[in-house]
Amino acid sequence: MFASFMTNTWITATIIAVTAGILGFFVVIRRSAFAAHVLPLGTFPGAAAAQLLGVQPLWGLLVFVAFGVVLLQQLERLGRKDVAAGLVLVTIMALGSLFLSMSRAYGEATFSILFGQLLGVSRTQLLAVAIISAFVIAGVICLFRRLLLQSAFPELALTRGISAGMTNLLFLALLGLVTATALPVVGALLVFSLLIAPAATAQTFTAHPIKALALSIVLSLVVIWSAIVFSFWTNWPIGFFVGATGAVLFSAARTFRYVRSRWWSRQRFVEPTHPDKEHLDHPHHQDADEHHHH
Amino acid sequence: MLTWLAQILHSEFLNSAPVQTALLVGSGAAVVSAVIGVFTILRGQAFAGHALGDISSAGGSASFLLNISPLVGFLGIAAIAAVGMEFLGVRKIREQDIATGIVFGAGLGLSSLLLYFDITSTSTTGAAVTVMFGSIFALSPDLVWPALIVAAIALATIALLYRPMLLSVADTELAVMRGISIRWVGLLQLLTLAVASALGCLTVGSLLATALLLGPAGAALHLCRKPGVAILWAVALGLLAVWVGIWMAYESYYWFPTPWPVSFFVVAIILMLYLLSVPCQYAFRKFAAARTADNAGS
Repeated sequence: MFASFMTNTWITATIIAVTAGILGFFVVIRRSAFAAHVLPLGTFPGAAAAQLLGVQPLWGLLVFVAFGVVLLQQLERLGRKDVAAGLVLVTIMALGSLFLSMSRAYGEATFSILFGQLLGVSRTQLLAVAIISAFVIAGVICLFRRLLLQSAFPELALTRGISAGMTNLLFLALLGLVTATALPVVGALLVFSLLIAPAATAQTFTAHPIKALALSIVLSLVVIWSAIVFSFWTNWPIGFFVGATGAVLFSAARTFRYVRSRWWSRQRFVEPTHPDKEHLDHPHHQDADEHHHH
Repeated sequence: MLTWLAQILHSEFLNSAPVQTALLVGSGAAVVSAVIGVFTILRGQAFAGHALGDISSAGGSASFLLNISPLVGFLGIAAIAAVGMEFLGVRKIREQDIATGIVFGAGLGLSSLLLYFDITSTSTTGAAVTVMFGSIFALSPDLVWPALIVAAIALATIALLYRPMLLSVADTELAVMRGISIRWVGLLQLLTLAVASALGCLTVGSLLATALLLGPAGAALHLCRKPGVAILWAVALGLLAVWVGIWMAYESYYWFPTPWPVSFFVVAIILMLYLLSVPCQYAFRKFAAARTADNAGS
């Protein structure tokens, strides 16, 4: 499992997990799971197009990600956000099916592109993943306050002169870059599982942004490392284990939270309530609003 | 116009058995998807609808493995996923996104495993492409009647539940006051959605079933406000896309060196209809505004 031919896989997977854990945090607080699903799948025909044209696959992926981000942004203006995301996805996938029908060799690679391939991460691929991930993490650090504010309090962000459209575009661009790099390893269909499950699990435990972010990275590493181990033992596709461990983690966290809240509410029931608290009137609406956002 | 129609009728297009199967199953898929699509969009469940289609790919790959009818496979998994999502709380808007995402990830993971077994046990790589992107011309003619019956049952369910469904979409509290069980209506709606996505999977494949669900309904909701009229528009647009798509794919045998897939044409037509509906929406609104202004003036 730790043989020399696996070294590149381990390093690449670790880099991807860290980046996905960070971006996943924002995917979950912005409730953009659909976009996180659309972009990886949208890059899928990019590899096919690159193969038809005879250029490096990564270039094809990047071009299609850019195409997907712009199309998503434009269609979201036209009408309902989720309908737009769905239509962007099927349009790009339809192109993918067209490319599939044109090139025989690509048909055989379909499975590994959709569901990931553990082996055969080359040194140049590793380098590309490292550079792009470093760029994305730098981008998140620069945009951290802006993204957090815009995601949690869009109105407040607007009064500070942060435009929702521009922030969304920047966020989608970062998301697109990550998916393009993670795609060959985890597979188009399950990149989004890596983006959502660890971050959603982390946020069931803590509402504090930095703690949630750190926990999300740790869980993301747990998911991808265990997926590699299981996939290596069983020879089954890595995507299956990413999806399954993600779902198990999330369900366990939810069950834990449910049990804990039941226990707490029973404890609190015994405690005497403060009578003077009830007489405090709350004239300020901001307070209620804030509670709503949390 | 007539000569053109006659030309089509005389050509082997309508006489070929695969085309007949494709047209029948495709029409069933288009009608059910369009009708339930309007409710899905109004309820804000587009992501859940898309997820159901993708998850049923696990059923499609299982049917390859077990050698059963793909309709049974797609339908079974879509129904299980629909029940699972309803109970995980797709109805709460804030939870919906994440709950769907988690079920979705697990379902796709299962699908990848089953497809892997397909590939290793039969040593054919075609299964992945067939399940994900559909191959409607390769459907067995035995599927036509079961598919149409399932479609009819789904449509009958929607017809029976039309008013409660609409009310629970428009005003949940009013619906509860009227004694409508939101949970049961929601569950039945998700089950009809499962039927729509299973038929869509057969027609254009798991990954593209969303196009039939969201495209025609989304365009129709741009064209008119009333849900009843929107459903009629959606059905018309969906049928148009499927029929023209199948015809173009058939004719593309003569146009290109390799024939282009049906799914590509269907989705491309749906996207064009959706994009065309946007300027129409503005025109209709202006027209309606002008008419109300006229009425007020006179």
